[in-house]
Amino acid sequence: MTPMPRPQTSQPVKDLVVVGHGMVGQRFLEALAEQPGAAGWRVTVLAEEPRPAYDRVHLTSWFSGADERELSLTPPGFLAEHGIDLRLGDPAVAIDRAARTVTTASGRTVPYDALVLATGSYPFVPPVPGHDAAGCHVYRTIEDLEAIRADAERSRTGVVVGGGLLGLEAAGALGALGLETHVVEFAPRLMAIQVDEGGGRLLKRKIEDLGVHVHTGAGTQALLVGEDGRVRSMRLSDGRELPADLVVFSAGVRPRDQLARESGLPVGERGGIVVDERCRTADPDVYAVGECALAADGRVYGLVAPGYAMAETAARALAGGYRDEHAFTGADTSTKLKLLGVDVASFGDAHGAAEGALDVLYSDSRSGVYRKLVIGRSGQLLGGVLVGDTESYGLLRPLALAGRPLETAPEQLVLPAGLGPAGPVALPDDAVVCSCHNVSKGAIRAAVRDEGRHTVPEVKKCTKAGTGCGSCVKTLTTIVSEELAAGGVSVARGLCEHFEHTRAELYEIVRVTGITSFSALVDGHGRGEGCDVCKPAVASILAGLAGGHILDGEQAALQDTNDHFLANIQRNGSYSVVPRIPGGEITPAGLITIGEIARDFGLYTKITGGQRIDLFGARVDQLPQIWRRLVDAGFESGHAYGKSLRTVKSCVGETWCRYGVQDSVGLAIELELRYRGLRSPHKLKSAVSGCARECAEAQGKDFGVIATSSGWNLHIGGNGGTTPRHADLLAADLDRETLIRTIDRFLMFYIRTADRLERTSSWLERIEGGLDHVRAVVMDDSLGICAELDALMERHVGAYQDEWAAVLDDPALLRRFASFVNAPGTPDPAVTFVPERGQVRPARPGEDGRPLTPALVAGPRLEVRTA
Amino acid sequence: MSRTVELFDGTAWTPVCDQADLVPGRGVAVLTAGGEQVAVFLDRAGGLHALDNRDPFSGAYVISRGILGSRGDAPTVASPMYKQVFDLRDGRCLDEETAPDGTPAVLRVWPVRGTAAEAPRPAPRPAPAQPSQPAGA
Repeated sequence: MTPMPRPQTSQPVKDLVVVGHGMVGQRFLEALAEQPGAAGWRVTVLAEEPRPAYDRVHLTSWFSGADERELSLTPPGFLAEHGIDLRLGDPAVAIDRAARTVTTASGRTVPYDALVLATGSYPFVPPVPGHDAAGCHVYRTIEDLEAIRADAERSRTGVVVGGGLLGLEAAGALGALGLETHVVEFAPRLMAIQVDEGGGRLLKRKIEDLGVHVHTGAGTQALLVGEDGRVRSMRLSDGRELPADLVVFSAGVRPRDQLARESGLPVGERGGIVVDERCRTADPDVYAVGECALAADGRVYGLVAPGYAMAETAARALAGGYRDEHAFTGADTSTKLKLLGVDVASFGDAHGAAEGALDVLYSDSRSGVYRKLVIGRSGQLLGGVLVGDTESYGLLRPLALAGRPLETAPEQLVLPAGLGPAGPVALPDDAVVCSCHNVSKGAIRAAVRDEGRHTVPEVKKCTKAGTGCGSCVKTLTTIVSEELAAGGVSVARGLCEHFEHTRAELYEIVRVTGITSFSALVDGHGRGEGCDVCKPAVASILAGLAGGHILDGEQAALQDTNDHFLANIQRNGSYSVVPRIPGGEITPAGLITIGEIARDFGLYTKITGGQRIDLFGARVDQLPQIWRRLVDAGFESGHAYGKSLRTVKSCVGETWCRYGVQDSVGLAIELELRYRGLRSPHKLKSAVSGCARECAEAQGKDFGVIATSSGWNLHIGGNGGTTPRHADLLAADLDRETLIRTIDRFLMFYIRTADRLERTSSWLERIEGGLDHVRAVVMDDSLGICAELDALMERHVGAYQDEWAAVLDDPALLRRFASFVNAPGTPDPAVTFVPERGQVRPARPGEDGRPLTPALVAGPRLEVRTA
Repeated sequence: MSRTVELFDGTAWTPVCDQADLVPGRGVAVLTAGGEQVAVFLDRAGGLHALDNRDPFSGAYVISRGILGSRGDAPTVASPMYKQVFDLRDGRCLDEETAPDGTPAVLRVWPVRGTAAEAPRPAPRPAPAQPSQPAGA
């Protein structure tokens, strides 16, 4: 326990004693070491735990195998380098402020010139009867976790008292340890501090979906203890009794201020050592930082980021580097976390405490998304709550902390489509992007602009931004890219790490060089082995230019699973099959055939939004059998799986409709058959309406046709989905031949120039010159490429073959449709179903599902289990 | 000469298919004698890889249907469900550390090798190959 030699110094050396080596204690030591005046202190640390500081925020990862070394926060060699004497397992037990000494549990007396208290907090255990029985735990240290794990082995049911952040963490850990888990929360909702009522309701539902039982508005009245002295069950305030072999108390923390109290230092009414803006107690030689301190703004912070900020303030104050701007006057308590796989975030004034604050709310309990923004009187963003989708947290939090009026309508920021990848929100330079290390947008920009850091890892290293909780990394990345672009530094626009080219450039390379394989393309124009981003994109380009069946040779390896199996993968690994029904027109015999196939294979059937019939629940090995029946009856692949033409929807048209002015069904069928199988950057949808009443909703499609009394109007660039857009009118009153030629050219021009997964709508908005340019190219041949576009489409139309039929004719391809290569006849036992509303659906975890086989559910009636 | 793909299922090397059954860059699913599902892949260079077939993010047994590729130096497979990428060498997920159920997002790696089959190829079950043959031989 001899202190290591210290760096040479001319200053008189004074003794600094730090009590506590937790996260904040360690941060204090690091912050002090960064100060030029640090050499004047000889540092001794008195620690209660047997190991150096570790990451309590990620404590739960210890259960999933993270060891002490991974959790450690003390860099190897750090203590020796700075001559710090760390005394583990020897906590301070008394302070004599008059003598300026600290006494430890082992009886040592350590003198100090300055003392820093970083004693943290202790878990609050409600004094209910039985709270100290065997099987009762808290969730604070690695030792606590070791004890929980040991007890879990002999337990079946676990109850967590407290539905806050840590309580839910603990619940997740108990669940992962195999216990049936309950959470008991006194407040009427989970995470009452961070989340509002609506968010709490949604959070509760999501967590219950994960198999954790949640009891809100329930207090713990008593723990009932068995004869062996172990906890057996828990009685709630409403009289209910829960079985409990193991109990974890997570009902909040209290500052550990006892040492300070006993030495006569002032503490707050509800605990916490009173400190000023420099984190100094009433005794000028004694400081307190972190969860044991009652900060100058009258709050006790239970989060690590404010603790870090206090540690930095105190370090500067002790080393002489303190200026007014380093004062600790309060901190951001925004949080973003993933609890049991559920994203939750809250920031700023999440509960709308400010006078006159207004809420803007979006809640979709079907998809499990809840977003609330709190808007101030003058239109500034004050705070918010996000549950289920915290994508926008990195952008909204700094905006709220900056307190500026919003430039975007707040409704837009909560709606699903409101925040694109870059987002429409501009952050001011003084917005704090990383609140763990207090880094502003301006500092990040300066690192890029003035210090030549051109990558995110470089900027992280230089500014420390993004190295704390990591929630700001996405925003950080956007700022770095924007700054690089503004400085004229080229930003990678390539498809992925394997290609520096955009999709449009790769298309040109393939077109000009005649390359026909991915290997040739990646070896000659890219690097590495490719990935799930570039491979399907290249597959699509090759399908359009090189031709051949999409599962031929090496092309088979490039396809996304849907294209690989020519069907759509569903949540349990089964597939759905959609036969083409051009224009939505189908004969009774065709309907009957589809019905018979669905019945014989026990498939779930549903009419799609595009006037077709989707058949769900097919195993890989059933696909060829289903296609055989469909193909024999005259059906073909609907390409519902591909980035390709899906449907051309139609209304009934002049044939039957009293308002129709043209044959919309006939045209829709012609267009659908012409463009079926056409591979494109994004899936394509179309529609034809027989009159301006627009029953086919043609203006919501990539290309839509509306009949007029003198011809056809062609609209392009519309879409439904999450960011709906009405199509633009490209040309009016076209005759049928001109119409089709114009669509041919529009589609080929789009396929040739669009980015990967770029819809026609965003392509139209991005492309220079917009609609007018597209019109000039496809109608006036302004680029002189129309002959080429026409030829490409002719080739597509002439070379079309039904992909299902081609597989059925090829024994080598057919062999790939087996659940198991070594047991081709064995159905996949993991794909199981349960009845619902007279059909089937995938079994959920824990449900006793049955494999779906024709034998089990064949027959005109399906046995439906009730109750 | 064609090769037989063999999987070590915990007790013995078991032939599971012919290498010709595998498309380079893609996988197949294998059912072990113990009822476990394993995804077996052949990469572009002819190397074999085998991982658990269960995708921890969706719970579906679909890893064998993923696309092979690389991230930096790591050979990878992307789950076809939500596209998380796994390292073929150690089964670790390169995108997320834990699955939604809180368990570590790591796929078990199974020993797999290709052994030269006696020519002409025996059918229907390949003869047991020399156990000393190293993987990738």
